[in-house]
Amino acid sequence: MSFDWQPVILSFKLASLTTITLLILATPLAWWLSLNDRWYKQALAAIVALPLVLPPTVLGFYLLLLLGPNGPVGQLTQSLGLGVLPFTFEGLLLASVLYSLPFAVQPLQNAFETIGRRPLEVAATLRASYWDRFITVAVPLARPGFLTATVLTFAHTVGEFGVVLMIGGNIPGETKVLSVAIYDHVETLEYDQAHMLSAGMIGFAFLVLLVLYRVNGRLNRGYHL
Amino acid sequence: MSGEILARLKTRLGDFSLDVDLQLPARGVTALFGHSGSGKTTLLRCIAGLQNARGELRVDGTVWQDATRFLPVHRRPLAYVFQEASLFPHMSVRRNLEYGFRRLAPDARKISIEQAVDWLGIGALLARAPEKLSGGERQRVAIARALLCSPNVLLMDEPLAALDQKSKNEILFYLEELHDALSIPILYVTHSADEVAQLADYIVVMESGRVVADGALTETLAGLDLPVKMGEEAGVVLEAAVGERDERWQLARCEFAGGSLWARDQGVPLGHRIRVRVLARDVSLAIQPVTGTSIQNILPAVVEQVSDDRHPGLALVRVRVGASPLLARLTKRSVNELHLVEGKSVWAQVKSVAVIEKSGF
Repeated sequence: MSFDWQPVILSFKLASLTTITLLILATPLAWWLSLNDRWYKQALAAIVALPLVLPPTVLGFYLLLLLGPNGPVGQLTQSLGLGVLPFTFEGLLLASVLYSLPFAVQPLQNAFETIGRRPLEVAATLRASYWDRFITVAVPLARPGFLTATVLTFAHTVGEFGVVLMIGGNIPGETKVLSVAIYDHVETLEYDQAHMLSAGMIGFAFLVLLVLYRVNGRLNRGYHL
Repeated sequence: MSGEILARLKTRLGDFSLDVDLQLPARGVTALFGHSGSGKTTLLRCIAGLQNARGELRVDGTVWQDATRFLPVHRRPLAYVFQEASLFPHMSVRRNLEYGFRRLAPDARKISIEQAVDWLGIGALLARAPEKLSGGERQRVAIARALLCSPNVLLMDEPLAALDQKSKNEILFYLEELHDALSIPILYVTHSADEVAQLADYIVVMESGRVVADGALTETLAGLDLPVKMGEEAGVVLEAAVGERDERWQLARCEFAGGSLWARDQGVPLGHRIRVRVLARDVSLAIQPVTGTSIQNILPAVVEQVSDDRHPGLALVRVRVGASPLLARLTKRSVNELHLVEGKSVWAQVKSVAVIEKSGF
């Protein structure tokens, strides 16, 4: 019996790309949310948090409609010569990014809010411009938040199932990720294969969380003033 | 005069409103003095550009703000020392010091890192992390970091408020040195009359977002409207020098413009510049020279003005000893019985004098 690594590799590829994309998108969004106090801040924060409470199938269902051949985004991608996104790796990536958005935004927003205004005011009086302050003060001080966001986004993407099934289907090498592969093995009564993947996942999840807690504990202690 | 600060600023924050029209000197320490909530910190933040206000602000002939322009904080040639040291926790002391310094054009750097380190006595701390410093050390690093921006004006927001007495004294010492070494104005927010007496050359007294008095320290403190607001702290601060030291009795004679006062000898060398602070409650008046009293300081004076004090039974009397003013807090009955009116010659008996040592010469 040879072990099929393909779903594992695919899962890690998806998780890595999702994490990178989300760090790029979520950083300015979280920064903006942490500074603003307008009425629509709460509304936006609620929208960002929606994937936390919705069944993944809801997200998957609407994404399917939006991205499908008759959906507005689908028509756009078709007119650009990109074809349609559902049941492709790119479609899966897009869905993952949306689904994991709160896991990236919330730790970052918390981290930025914890810093408060004072260090940035100090930096301003020391001649640092807006982006200079952001890069040299806000980002380094928000390091625990970046770590949490990275780990949670990555782990959450590896663990997703509902959205994957709805938008990605089960195409080996393209959309058949770990969680779907386990489901497949169970369906076909290949319990040995299912065990290997599942036990591996438990070990991976435990290790990830352990590292997260340890490192964050150390960082937080380091920043006591 | 170059270096002068012109501030005509208005702002509103909820129930509080700030409305000031000030012209501050180009040199020396100006104390922004008032109770908490008087708007002194808000004024400082508006001058720094950390808070928005409408109006006009010019420093050293440069417009920082007017109807059409608003220079952002990082473009204003100022330095700001906050109440808590606010060192960047993710940087060593050295990197904290370099933060502002490196952002200046090399030819704009008037102070070297070595110089600032030397002034504030922080040479041993450079490699440390801010969390490993004591409160006083942190504030010294923060002051050095601020100075390394080679500012045209130094803004300090109660830099000693969060420190214990020992650290306070230590930093006051360094601030005194800076005061003499720097040719830039320092705006110093405080609610401590002690710090005012020690550091300030000018004072701006604030109340509910308005300026209630401003001017040179000695004359402003002797203005009769203000002492009412200073309560128990009402009194004068006189510039003086040590003229004589009586080693047998451990006393020092402090010469000021118009007279001298004996005070406890605190080891200040002869000729050294000091300040003496005389509280209104420690001064009494007599119409004849009094003999047989324990009071060492009895000075001829002339009554200049009598006014009401906070309590209806009390009066504040300002007298002149030569060129210098003194304040006396008396009962109205005494004022009446002694017929204390303007121009009357009296003897001022000073029960207690506080000597404030100034560094340098």
